[in-house]
Amino acid sequence: MRQLFDIALTAMLVENLALVFLLGMCTYLAVSKRVETAIGLGIAVIAVQTLTVPLNNAIDQLLLAPGALGWAGLPELDLSFMRLVTFIGVIAATVQILDVVLDRYAPALQQSLGIYLPLLTVNCAILGGTLFMVQRSYTFTESVAYGLGSGTGWAVAIVLFAALRERTRHCDVPAGLEGLGLAFIIAGLLAFGFAGLAGVAS
Amino acid sequence: MSLVRYVTEPLVSENPITVQILGLCSALAVSRSMEPALIMAVSVISVLVFSNLMVSLLRHVLPNSIRLILEVTLIASAVIVVDETLKAYAPGISEVLSVFVGLIITNCIILGRAEAFALRHGPLESVADALGNGFGYAIILIGVAAIRELLGAGTLFDHPVLPLVEAGGWFRTNHMMLYAPSAFFLIGFLIWAIRSLLPRQAEVREYPPVRAGYRETSS
Repeated sequence: MRQLFDIALTAMLVENLALVFLLGMCTYLAVSKRVETAIGLGIAVIAVQTLTVPLNNAIDQLLLAPGALGWAGLPELDLSFMRLVTFIGVIAATVQILDVVLDRYAPALQQSLGIYLPLLTVNCAILGGTLFMVQRSYTFTESVAYGLGSGTGWAVAIVLFAALRERTRHCDVPAGLEGLGLAFIIAGLLAFGFAGLAGVAS
Repeated sequence: MSLVRYVTEPLVSENPITVQILGLCSALAVSRSMEPALIMAVSVISVLVFSNLMVSLLRHVLPNSIRLILEVTLIASAVIVVDETLKAYAPGISEVLSVFVGLIITNCIILGRAEAFALRHGPLESVADALGNGFGYAIILIGVAAIRELLGAGTLFDHPVLPLVEAGGWFRTNHMMLYAPSAFFLIGFLIWAIRSLLPRQAEVREYPPVRAGYRETSS
């Protein structure tokens, strides 16, 4: 239990996908002008990440990893070259299914998250989470903790960033720096802050 | 527009990173030193050319409702070829780039250009557009990597350029350049510089600035 908590906390703070590994930056900079939309996108990322990382972990362990097909009598078969195309397919399908399910059972939630969900197929934080999970060969339970932790970390990072951008939008900055240029510098300062969290999890 | 314009336009005035805000993750994360940055740029350009060419050739037969997922599958196939090639011929670089080769799939330049350009143009124009955007991405990536490696380690392509203090020279390395935040600062300053030189690229202000020393009289 302690170990799972460590994995989640490390993924959330020390190895923050947005500010330490710099993943999902396109959406991070484009959809962070308001705190409300950042919260919506953050919740969508947590949901999709917590679903897709364990799902891809199960598929990898049962089908794709070298020797994974031992249960089907094919222990020497190695399908690991199929990983990338399978993972992105699973992510795209999960996003679509989540969209349809939310529309049927929680239309209000779908209304507010609906616009962000399709964006997540091409968000590198989602695919990146899965690829890190494979690289570190997590077990299924560990992958659940990692998915939840890394998704939450990304959400925290974008909400903090959106709040800072809201505070600075009336600032009298030099011509040419406002908007994107300033956003980059704020993100850099925030990344510095997160670098200071490196000692939190042992 | 002539084919040459499609190649030259995205270099500065329509640059994918500083103007279109596409493909930032790898530009920020792989820009620590020159060699991985160069390999990354070559990989992205080859995947981009392949995907733009294929999408453009298939643009009349792609069913609209499942268009995106087919495009992503095409891109993923190209990335698998690049990934396996790197693992076979440059295992060291493949190790350094780790997950970032796989993440070319979600590099928004590739899907962005497929959707915005290749779906509506012929194969020749699409290849020209892919080359232009690929080079525009490469310029920024390699430029940032050059600054970071030079100031962070005093080397270029691992060859010593600046004489280090440890070796009796005068150059003291700046370790900040080796960490993630420096990439943000460099690209931020770069955007500032480009927009100061080309004011037409600057964003329209949504909110009026509050000037220092000026207060509205409250009633």
